[in-house]
Amino acid sequence: MATLNLSAVRKLYPNGAEAVKGLTFDIADGQLCVLVGPSGCGKSTLLRMIAGLESVTEGEVRIDGARVNDIGPAERDIAMVFQNYALYPHMKVYDNMAYGLRNRGMGKGEIDTRVREAAARLELAHLLDRKPSELSGGQRQRVAMGRAIVRDPKVFLFDEPLSNLDAKLRGQMRVEIKNLQRSLGVTSVYVTHDQLEAMTLADVLVVMNAGEIEQIGAPLDVYEAPASTFVASFIGAPSMNLLPLASGAFAGVRGVPANAVTIGFRPEDAEVIVAAGASTSDLTLDAIVEAVEPVGAESFIYARAGGDRIILRVAGRTQAAPDDAWVIRVPAHKIHAFGTDGRRLQERM
Amino acid sequence: MIERSFGSRLFAYAVLAAAILIVVFPIYYTLVASTHSLTTILRPPLPLTPGPNFWENYSTALFGGIGRIGGVGVERLLFNTFVMAMAIALGKIVISILSAYAIVFFRFPFRMVFFWLIFITLMLPVEVRILPTYKVMVDLGLIDTYTGLTLPLMASATATLLFRQFFMTIPGELVEAARLDGAGPWRFFKDILLPLSRTNIAALFVILFIYGWTQYLWPLLMTNRNDMGTVVIALRKMISFADADTQWHLVMVTCVLAILPPVLVVVLMQRWFVKGLVESEK
Repeated sequence: MATLNLSAVRKLYPNGAEAVKGLTFDIADGQLCVLVGPSGCGKSTLLRMIAGLESVTEGEVRIDGARVNDIGPAERDIAMVFQNYALYPHMKVYDNMAYGLRNRGMGKGEIDTRVREAAARLELAHLLDRKPSELSGGQRQRVAMGRAIVRDPKVFLFDEPLSNLDAKLRGQMRVEIKNLQRSLGVTSVYVTHDQLEAMTLADVLVVMNAGEIEQIGAPLDVYEAPASTFVASFIGAPSMNLLPLASGAFAGVRGVPANAVTIGFRPEDAEVIVAAGASTSDLTLDAIVEAVEPVGAESFIYARAGGDRIILRVAGRTQAAPDDAWVIRVPAHKIHAFGTDGRRLQERM
Repeated sequence: MIERSFGSRLFAYAVLAAAILIVVFPIYYTLVASTHSLTTILRPPLPLTPGPNFWENYSTALFGGIGRIGGVGVERLLFNTFVMAMAIALGKIVISILSAYAIVFFRFPFRMVFFWLIFITLMLPVEVRILPTYKVMVDLGLIDTYTGLTLPLMASATATLLFRQFFMTIPGELVEAARLDGAGPWRFFKDILLPLSRTNIAALFVILFIYGWTQYLWPLLMTNRNDMGTVVIALRKMISFADADTQWHLVMVTCVLAILPPVLVVVLMQRWFVKGLVESEK
């Protein structure tokens, strides 16, 4: 049980690259914090700094109130799950989990209890005598988590742990990780570039870009009120429709601040009306359908509105066919407005 | 598609059989000659079947001492050669695995300079540096010692490179996982690196053992006493220019005995090889 505090944490590589630009945020006890962003945004570097695998150039990392900047990774009381699992290939599953405990000089009986307990929890009990090469991807992933659990650490660190699994297994393991983390109640930091993983796992979502934090918040808050065009396009799939406000083209749309240069709306927030006649307070667009993707429970409609491409999401099936001319209405309160610097202009909705 | 007609298979087997004959016949002939008396060997043609003198020849060679090499028995020569081959093989493996470990996993000043220094010694084989090396050994008083026989041959750039290449394939995450598990440099080496290098070590051992076993030039320089000689040197000494002076039956016995240990090493270690290859395929 622990809190994790970062204050003005900065990482400068010897070659002058600034991977992490002075970040400050706190993670409360027992929370799962997801760092999400495109590759190269510094999220993995930040995680490795928390782990102690990278040095901290400036700022402070505190685990449970104690400064850990100058403490080695093994003494920080953290456990990490790696992207490619990093299991010891020559050791059996049991030894993989026990190795860290043995190095800490724990008694045999205690080690055995802990390993068997973790194995039972992760449904690995029948695999303890196998080598990693004899396991499937999902099982290896579980062993990697087991190795973290037996340590009973203050903080769990996950470095894109699901990216080597196929889509179905990924969904399954995502739920398992969430349940495990909740039942163990261990403060966790989870790095991913997959926005779906980020949305579903996070108690706190930290969206990063180019070494800086774009937004921190609960996943749905971030979804509903993205702080910038970057967050708006990164969180949500398909991503938000962002339209440049050409000189007066959308003038008169109520609720959009006068200094907005970009407005956006989520694909599912648009309503399709075949005939004109929307109220003036809403945004209306004339759109030509370009393609339709029915995926079963919902359909995606790709359309062109003036010079811009937009995507719409409608429930179930749709009558739309390519080259149909539609009028699209977006309710005023569903419109997001962004200024010249790409930051959000409205208050939270 | 592999051709499977009868004619082509017959041809393939014929080629293989011919090759085997070419390789095996001299060895077989040596074996045959080692069971005949000297007079039979010197009176051509030499029979193609084993003779009656097997026990006599072998016991003379092993325990009777051979006149031309100062009455030293082959068993002493075999022991010397074995010590030398083992020391070279094990010494090379220990030194090169440690230096590769340092070069790959540690960041220290002039790391690449050291790497290149090791690399450059590939251009300086024993033959090139033989005079200075000999002088050093003489000054240290190491003539006619096992240390003198083995020490100068131990450092190996080839083995260091081999281990370096292998170590570089070990994912960084594995190293980091070990750090998080509280494994210091020594534990990481002992618990993770060594077990993973098993098959590489086995392969190197075979190559280096045979390299050590067949050394000629260096033992020739380093040993003056007959009881410190190696089997290869002794063989050379046993052969005189005058045919009648050479005890050919004992030469043949020594040949056979000299071949056995390397063959044994290859045969025994080959299973390890295959096992290692199959395991790493997965």
